[in-house]
This record gives sequence, structure tokens and C-alpha cells, in this order.
Amino acid sequence: MSFLRGLLPQFGLPEPAEADGSVPKGAYRALRRSVVLATATVALVPLIITTFMNYMQYREALQAEAVQPMARLTLNTKRSLELFLSERRSVLTFLVHDRPFSDLCDEQTLMRMISNLNRSLEVGAFVDLGVIDDRGDQLCYSGPYELAGRNYIDQDWFHEVARLGTYTSDVFLGFRNSPHFAIATRHDRDEGGFYILRATIDADMLSEQILTAGLNPTDDVFLINREGILQSPSRRYGEILQPFPMPVPHFSPSVEDVEIVDSQGEKIFMSSAYIASSPFILIHIKPAREAMGRWFSLRSELIGFLIVSTALILGVVLWGSGLLIRRMREADERRTALYHHVEYSNKLASIGRLAAGVAHEINNPLAIINEKAGLVLDLVTVDPDVKHRERLVAAVDSILKSVQRCKKVTHRLLGFARHMDVTTETIDLETLLKEVLGFLEKEAEYCEVKIHFDIDSEVPTITSDRGQLQQVFLNILNNAVAAVAQGGNIGIEIVREGLERVAVTIADDGVGIPKEQQERIFEPFFTTKDGSGTGLGLSITYGIVKKLGGEIRVESTLGEGTRFTVELPVSRKE
Amino acid sequence: MGQAKLLFVDDEDELISALVERLELRGIDATGVTSGDEALERLREEHFDVVVIDVKMPGIGGLEVLRTISRRYPDVKVILMTGHGSTEDSEIGRRLGAVAYLQKPVDLEDLLATVRQASSSMETQESNAG
Repeated sequence: MSFLRGLLPQFGLPEPAEADGSVPKGAYRALRRSVVLATATVALVPLIITTFMNYMQYREALQAEAVQPMARLTLNTKRSLELFLSERRSVLTFLVHDRPFSDLCDEQTLMRMISNLNRSLEVGAFVDLGVIDDRGDQLCYSGPYELAGRNYIDQDWFHEVARLGTYTSDVFLGFRNSPHFAIATRHDRDEGGFYILRATIDADMLSEQILTAGLNPTDDVFLINREGILQSPSRRYGEILQPFPMPVPHFSPSVEDVEIVDSQGEKIFMSSAYIASSPFILIHIKPAREAMGRWFSLRSELIGFLIVSTALILGVVLWGSGLLIRRMREADERRTALYHHVEYSNKLASIGRLAAGVAHEINNPLAIINEKAGLVLDLVTVDPDVKHRERLVAAVDSILKSVQRCKKVTHRLLGFARHMDVTTETIDLETLLKEVLGFLEKEAEYCEVKIHFDIDSEVPTITSDRGQLQQVFLNILNNAVAAVAQGGNIGIEIVREGLERVAVTIADDGVGIPKEQQERIFEPFFTTKDGSGTGLGLSITYGIVKKLGGEIRVESTLGEGTRFTVELPVSRKE
Repeated sequence: MGQAKLLFVDDEDELISALVERLELRGIDATGVTSGDEALERLREEHFDVVVIDVKMPGIGGLEVLRTISRRYPDVKVILMTGHGSTEDSEIGRRLGAVAYLQKPVDLEDLLATVRQASSSMETQESNAG
């Protein structure tokens, strides 16, 4: 099974690799690749297979549609040619048996026979008639040529007819030097030996017989003999008696169809049929581009359909997967941000509990130090004769001042802790902001940052969550202190906005935020503090302000400074 | 008006002794005890005008002592004192009748001012009653 798993695309995201629970960016790209690959495969493979099958089936069907009528026509022509030839052979056989040799060897009788035959046969009359004895001498002849007394002993047809009894010759020029063919039949004499009745027919007669089959101007119908010599003129391959430039089809009693590339390099359909009892082979040629015209246009449509469908499917798959992955990433980011928020809150709560514990443990001994030092001071004050009185007073003063300093620290810690578990209370924003500044005091002092307060006298106290607000202002002020240079300024302004709202503006004269980043600073994981920030501070701040029913805005000019405005409702609506 | 009589209740013996001694130096009648039980026992024996109680103590806690005092001696003013700054405790304390809630370490002058305030309100109540 494991090899199957290797072949299948992996849909699950890899386990979050980052320590903060976020998913590495590359994982989304890999996931998108898998989704696109799988969806496109599932959609495109059946489409391609179906189109290919259609392609083959249509091609076969249309080819059959083109070839079948051609084969039918070839068969009909073959039959009419065979009828034509057999009719003429029968006539000669009848005459040679019917008439005595004396009748046949009379020129007048022969002439009358030709005349009668040409009248009785519908088409294709005989040109001449001759009687040849078994030595090849033409004993009698009637026709337009001067052939009487010729000897045919050297001619192939003479030997063939002597051997076979009846014979149809190839088309040849012969003594008359005009293309014709001969039909001859042998008659054995009672006294031994034989004679032959021979008739010739003009080769044009053959052409006329096949003319009906070749009526279509793109079709080429002609005859060849078994040696591959044209027996009738061909439109594509030349005149009569020229060689046919392709191999002679193999013998078959029926019509044979083939698809081949001819001598001119063109794809053609060729039907061929052997004409029985003759040397002729009927050839019917149709160029494929003519026969398959419909197929070619259908093929273009099929290919076009495939291309358009593929493009459409790919487009939808890419768009859909992009949308899916974007949604998924947004959900992941929201989840991670929430996870961070919870973690951050938990951390603050833990710090709070710790701070409270420490403060309490310190406050008790601090109280003892305070009272003991006070007692010493009291005693020294009461007794004016105490040795080193002034030095003692100074020392105790110093102790008491240190106690005050410690007290300030522990009270601040307690204040911080206290705010962890309270949700809604009445808050004086000025006090709250000063408390928050207490946390940043050392840092601000170190950077020599000057902090100015400007408070509207009409600002009311508000009802809100103290701890959360502390977090909000701590974040913004922390950023402001980080943004200003040595000796910079931070201005805090609190104004009333109508009856329902109060706005706190924290402005610094620091580096500023570029325009294109301003829109993104509240996004989770967006940070400008190269590697030092989590990119969550302002996103959490934004979340808190929204939760408290407020609004947060930023305005900034690069090089001049940044202004954060937090607008809060006077009373918090749950 | 006569000087108010004070009772300090805190498990920190050292704190109590120093405080009492400082108050005595100022001519104030102050007594210190180190547990809630002890405080209630002393209250049964004699009258105190103001009781200052630490909230967090082993045994009976400060809030428990406050509750008992409010029930048994409604004229005794109670000031709570704590090292832990929980707002909830301060709220509960106020509801149980504490007049003030101070955070350790307390400045003696602040403590005295709070005590004076408590006892003056007591006097007002008394004069109103009289």
C-alpha cells in the first residue's frame, strides 16, 4: 500500500513545522500543486480519453462512409465490364461454331457479320474480324486495316488462344499502331489442326465502359493490366500504355479497398477489382482530402472543443484551488492568531499571579523594616542626647526612602496582577496611562524620551476592562518608545468625542510607517521589527479594542512620526 | 474627646511590637496581638475604639475577625491592612463594615490620619446618639 501512497497526491497539510503553530508558507504552495494536479487529472483524463475515442470512431465511420460508395461503384463497373467482355466472347464462340470454315473465310460474309453484329450489340462494336490458321497466317480479314496475309505466330495472344481456346488480350498498338485489344476463339477442325476467329475492339470502348464510374471530377477510374501498364487513360497517372507508377494490387476475386500514399505523395483511397477472364484490373482512385472533407472539418471541431474545454477546466481548477487555499490560509492565520492571543493572555495571567505572590511576600517584611526604622527615628527624636544623632537620622531617612521605593514597585506589581482578574470597572484614563508609563519609565529615561500629556478637562471616567486597556496602551507606547530616536517626543492626548466616546491619541515623532505598510500593521504576523517582533502586538491590540467596543486608527508620515488613535465607549456594552 | 484606644492584630510579631512602641511614644493607647483568636479574647476583656487587622493571617483570617467584631461590637471601628492588594478583598471588607483598607507598608502618619478619621466618625455617631 505504501507505494500507492507515494503515487497519490498528498492532501493533508504537513504538521505545523513552526514552533508558534503556524504553517510554513511553502506548505500551501505544495498543497495547491497537489490539488491542481489531482483535480485537473480527474477532470482532464476522462475528457481526453472520450475525445480520443470519439476521434477514432468518427474517423472510422466517415472513412467507411467515403469508401463504401466507391467500392460499390467499382463493383458495378467490374460487373458491367465483365458483361461487356463475356458478351463479345459469346458472340465469337457462337459464330465460330455456327458457321462452316468456308463461310468464315469469305470476306463478304465477314463484312456482313461485322455489320450485323455492330447493329445488334448496343455498344462497343467490333472493328474488324479475321480468321487465322494454326500456323499464324491470317487467312481472311475484313476491316479498315490492311492486315490480310499477316502472320501472328510471334504474337503472345496467338499462343494464348491456341492454349486456352478463348482469349482476351491486353491493349496493344499492333500492326495498325492504334490502341486496341483482341478477343479470339479457337475452333478445332475435324481433319486436325485448328483455326482462330479473332475480333479487335478499339481501346476507347473500354474507356467508355468505365466512364460512368469516373463521372465525379475528383475520382480517377482506369484499367491496368497485370504488368502494371495503363489500359485506359488515367487523370492522375498518364495516358494509355504508360506504366502505372504504383505496385499492382494482389489478386482478389472481390473488390479491395486500401488507403495509401500514391507516387505524387498524396494520401488516396484505392479500390481495385480484377476483371474476370481478362488481363484487366479496374482501379478507382479518390484523394483522401476529397473523400474525408467532412472528417477534416469535424476533426478541427473536435480538437477545438478539446482545447477550449481543457483551458476552461484548467482555469476553473486554478481559480478554485487558489480560492480554497487562500480561505484555508486565512483560517489558519486566524487560528494561530487566536492561539497566540490565548497564550499571551495566559502568560500575562501567570505573570500576574507570580507578581502578586512576590509583592505580598515582600510587603510584609517591608512593613517591618518600615516600622522598625520609624521606631529608631522616633527614639532618636525623643532623646536629644543620642550619640551620632544626625548620622542616625540620615541613615533612617535613607532606609525609609528605600522602603518607599520598594513599596512603589510592589504596589505596581500588585496593580498589574489585580487587573488580570477584573473585567469591568470604572477607569480614569489618565491614571491608567500613567500606570502604564510606569512600566516604561526606565526605558524612556534611558532613551531620553520626553512624554507630554494633554488632557481635556471634560474627559469622563469610562467603564471598561482595566487589564485589557493596560495591555493596549502598553503595546502602543512600547512601539512609540521603540520608534523615536534619542531625545524624541511622545505626546498623549485624551479628548471627549461626543457624549458616548473618548479618544486617546498617542503620537510620536519617530521614523514613521510607510504608506503601504499602514494598511497591514494590524494583520497578524506583520512586523517591521526585523526578526525581533512576533508581529502580534498590534494585532492583539486591535482585537482587544474591537472587543471593548472601540476603534483603533493609525496615521503616519515617513520620517515625521506616527499617531495612533484609540476611541473607546464611555460605558462598555456587553 | 478622650484618646482612642487601638488594637493591632497581625501575625508579624516584629511589626506589632514596633508599631505599638511608636504609638506609645506618641501617647496613644495601643495594644498588639498576633492572632484573630487572641484579638477576639482581648475584645471580650476590654473595649477598643479602633481595631486594625491584617487580612491574611494563619488561623482565623482578618475578614472572619472583622465579621465577628461587626456582629458583636458594632461600635468598634475596624481598619483592614494587607500586603496583598486584591480589590475583591477590599470590597468584601467594606461590605462587612471596615472603615478603611490600607496597603502595607503603611506610613504611620497615614495610619494615624485614618484612625483619627474613624474615631471622629465614631464621635459624631455618639454625639448624634447623645
